[in-house]
Amino acid sequence: MFSEEVANFLQLILSGLAVGSIYAIVALGFVIIYKATDVLNFAQGELMVLGAFVCYFFIVQLHIPIIWAFLLTFVTVAIIGFITEELFLRPLVGEPIFSVIMVTVGLSIFLKGVIGLLWGYMIKKFPTFVSEAPISFSGIVISPIHLATIILTGILIVIFALFFKFSIMGIAMRAVANDQDASLLMGISVRKIFGLSWAISAIVASMGGILLSAITILHPSLSFVGIKVFPAVVLGGLDSILGAILGGLIIGIVENLAGGYIDPLVGGGVKELTAFVILIAIMMIRPYGLFGKEEIERV
Amino acid sequence: MRSGDFKTSYKEDISLLQTTFIKVCIGLFVISLIGFVLIADKYFVYIINLSAIATIGSLGINLLTGFTGQISVGQAGFLAIGAYSSAILTKCGFPFLLALPLAGLISTIAGFLVGIPSLKLKRLYIAITTFAFGFIIEHLANSWVSLTNGAQGMVVSPANIFGINIDTDKEFFFLVFPLAVLATIFARNLVRSKPGRAWIAIRDRDIAAEAMGIDLYRYKLSSFAVSSFYAGVAGSLMAHYFQYIGPTHFELLISVQYLAMIIIGGLGSILGSIFGAVFMTALPELLKLLSDLFKGSFPIFGEKFADINMILYGLIIMLFVIIEPKGLNGIWNNVKVYWKMWPYTH
Repeated sequence: MFSEEVANFLQLILSGLAVGSIYAIVALGFVIIYKATDVLNFAQGELMVLGAFVCYFFIVQLHIPIIWAFLLTFVTVAIIGFITEELFLRPLVGEPIFSVIMVTVGLSIFLKGVIGLLWGYMIKKFPTFVSEAPISFSGIVISPIHLATIILTGILIVIFALFFKFSIMGIAMRAVANDQDASLLMGISVRKIFGLSWAISAIVASMGGILLSAITILHPSLSFVGIKVFPAVVLGGLDSILGAILGGLIIGIVENLAGGYIDPLVGGGVKELTAFVILIAIMMIRPYGLFGKEEIERV
Repeated sequence: MRSGDFKTSYKEDISLLQTTFIKVCIGLFVISLIGFVLIADKYFVYIINLSAIATIGSLGINLLTGFTGQISVGQAGFLAIGAYSSAILTKCGFPFLLALPLAGLISTIAGFLVGIPSLKLKRLYIAITTFAFGFIIEHLANSWVSLTNGAQGMVVSPANIFGINIDTDKEFFFLVFPLAVLATIFARNLVRSKPGRAWIAIRDRDIAAEAMGIDLYRYKLSSFAVSSFYAGVAGSLMAHYFQYIGPTHFELLISVQYLAMIIIGGLGSILGSIFGAVFMTALPELLKLLSDLFKGSFPIFGEKFADINMILYGLIIMLFVIIEPKGLNGIWNNVKVYWKMWPYTH
């Protein structure tokens, strides 16, 4: 048994880890797009919510068994991601970063409207796929869904690590991220990789969305997490996959600790701010983050 | 229309309105606008007033983003600071005429604070920093209840000039329109004088600008300062026009809306800022009109109005960026060139 103080601390860390895992997943999707295509995607949160709603649609409205519903969701969002890249981002290759940002901002508004149009703003409960009885462990209580989130995130990260390390597709994606011209010369279709990275990113985002709505509720306003992901990716370094994951976990934990220890002192409101204060601090000290590549400009 | 500008003296060359034709056009425009406001319905005056406020705000963000190249996704934060300072100052007994510039100044100080970290940063990192700033301000407006009254918002006294309460739409027009004109002229002159040219140099290539002796530190900061002053004034006017402010007025979506204004209007163009501000203010009203038209035959337009509005809004932003990156100002210039050469357009 832990003393009450320690148990409380571990409790905060653990639930922070669960939320942080979701940040990490969404951040992973964000970095995949940024690394391969140099696009800062402001619509990641909407992609995430869209995935959750598509999955909800398959499970609750079409009554498809959960495993198949997941697979169908991944296929659907992958197609949506691919089409999005093809339609809206492709014409902007080589355009200034500003236009690209603006298109993703437009995309996020567009997707918000689509989600609202199709599913409305009623609060929905995502069907549970693990038991709800909390697990108690020497004074620390954790709900199975939190535990499942942490474990699933771990599995996901291993899968992606293997994918990028050993599969032809993953190696091609890394090559494109490294040097587009050279990979084009080596016979990699950069075009295809761009579309593919959006598809993969959409899949990853939908996983985050499903887990998040399983932990909380299903509502369009969940896309808020897409905003929370910025501190995570900046902390990790915009173009580092490992960084995104660590950044997500760190932000989740720090946010939770701030919520647990500082909020009661000042009367609330600090929890949501922490991540962004960290963000601005990183910008001042180390804009390329923990693992990011420092941009060196040549004249 | 004349086929070219033929100047014979320096005075002609530096004048703001270069030809008689333009002078007449602008004079007619101002007179007809004032005439229209005097006779028009309250609703139209309301839209014109909103456009004028938006013009001041979008001029501000265009100076920073369009001319200096520092992408700001936090314009709503500066607006909020202006609006809340003005609301609180007038509540403490300051006269409106003093609160308005003070709101601008307080916002300028915030602009300095945001500007300082961004001196080390470039491009999308600035976008992320300003984005975080906007988020923090919105959050403060929500949770610093003792200062801002939280989510309930604040009631703001109407603008009061020398004992006259400006609380109707038409009266407000005669306050905001001169200010918008003043802001436009100032911005116009600013971008063709030394600071403006330095800003443009920084936007085009900061290293080259530095090599030519432009103090990056000073000019980036000054751009942040001027831009946030504009936003602060716009925010203050907004507060006294609505006579109510709350955190929902300063959401992320508002920052996006201002960015959209200058993208759709035209980046790095004064006229474009005005086009964009008017367009983005009138757009929701136009969409409302459209949905009223279709409501009879397609009831979905009535129920899901907000969502359809949002979808169209997002599409318009994306299509403008993809199809006409120069914005409305680009279209305007094309039309002008077409008619200048008419009927021998090639």
